Amino acid sequence: MIELKGLRKQFGDQVVFDAIDLQLSRGEIIVVVGPSGTGKSTLLRCINFLERPDAGQLTVGDLQVDVTRATQAQILALRRRTAFVFQNYALFANKTALENIAEGMIVVDRLSKREAHARARKILERIGLADKADAYPASLSGGQQQRVGIGRAMAANAEVILFDEPTSALDPQWVEEVLGLMKQLAAEHQTMIVVTHEMQFARDVADRVVFMDEGRIIEQAPPATLFSQPRDERTQRFLKKILAANPA
Amino acid sequence: MHALNVDYMLGLVPILLSYLPLTLGMAAAGMLCALVLASLLAVIRVTELPGLNAFAMLFISFFRGTPLLVQLFLFYYGLPQVLTFLVSINGITATILGLTLHFSAYMAESIRAAIVGIDRSQTEAALSVGMTQGQLMRRIVLPQATRVATPTLMNYFIDMIKSTSLAFTLGVTELMGATQKEAASSFLYFEAFLVVAVIYWVVVEALSWVQKWLEQRLNRAYQR
Repeated sequence: MIELKGLRKQFGDQVVFDAIDLQLSRGEIIVVVGPSGTGKSTLLRCINFLERPDAGQLTVGDLQVDVTRATQAQILALRRRTAFVFQNYALFANKTALENIAEGMIVVDRLSKREAHARARKILERIGLADKADAYPASLSGGQQQRVGIGRAMAANAEVILFDEPTSALDPQWVEEVLGLMKQLAAEHQTMIVVTHEMQFARDVADRVVFMDEGRIIEQAPPATLFSQPRDERTQRFLKKILAANPA
Repeated sequence: MHALNVDYMLGLVPILLSYLPLTLGMAAAGMLCALVLASLLAVIRVTELPGLNAFAMLFISFFRGTPLLVQLFLFYYGLPQVLTFLVSINGITATILGLTLHFSAYMAESIRAAIVGIDRSQTEAALSVGMTQGQLMRRIVLPQATRVATPTLMNYFIDMIKSTSLAFTLGVTELMGATQKEAASSFLYFEAFLVVAVIYWVVVEALSWVQKWLEQRLNRAYQR
């Protein structure tokens, strides 16, 4: 189970979000939507401690962290329980697809190189890139790179995978293969929090859609409810605008 | 003007070449030590380690800001007067020490630039999978920074090989010192210094080939 309680983040005087409460049960898939600049990505980054939250509590599985008093050991443990998929893939440029996936298992989980590579190969098969094991990121397409990025997150065996706009940097022709892989993970009941503008994905895959605006969670509901009967006026306005741009 | 004494020059080549190992040895030792020291300084500068950062800045400023020859004289002739236990420091050790400190100051700056140039998202990705700062540096950042910095570092190495010739001012008979002695006894200064110039030149050219090969190897991961 994952729980965020009273989470706050500010940059200087600028409060990005405040008093965020969110709960996920194991296997749940949450899609976070909302206008740009409302703190969705920062919220994800705080869960992974890429940004240090300024107040609140984070619970991930058996690990409970008071963010203001988090020790280095807690931060490392938290990061290992929360895998991250980046908008720009962020693959290690000096490592092959296989090594990108194996790296965390070798360095953090201290598996032998052999064991880690064996597991990484299995993951490469699952993400459909078994033939690209020895390819370096520079020689992969955007879609393939992001699939490796997701493979790297899968390798962490984390409680939850956090997706930060995983398809918004992709050329349109690669979006489907990445969403397809995410759907495959969803079907395997991988717990995930996805920040995205892909409304059709939210409709098809999410157990719950969370709408954020100006640093607050305005409302959350299963996609069927949220898309057809948004309660709050801000949600209605946002959905109207984005669905006009990308009819789902 | 007298005719070039070719026989003398050819005879001089094997004699001078026997001093090449010492020249290359001092350069190699200096380079190895400088690489280690420069990496440390660079990491201190990048991470702005409290306390050490100011020291690193001062160190780099001093050793970049003063001539190598002055530093060598300072270590060899000056320091033993102050620190008496250094009286036994020999010319070779003093040269290696001087080369190390001098060149590490320059190399630290190019390694620092290379580290800063590694895109931040890879750093975040490494942290996101749970790596510590040390693991991140060792496994992700430094290997890539090495590739970026290699051309400049090789240039410093070449410069260092040539700078070993200053060791003769500390009484070390290396390539330059040996040439000086040979020339003084034969009075054929032009021939002698021409031969030693060609020897340095050939060594540096050979290294340029190594540099090209090394760069191609390091670039393997980045070819489309």
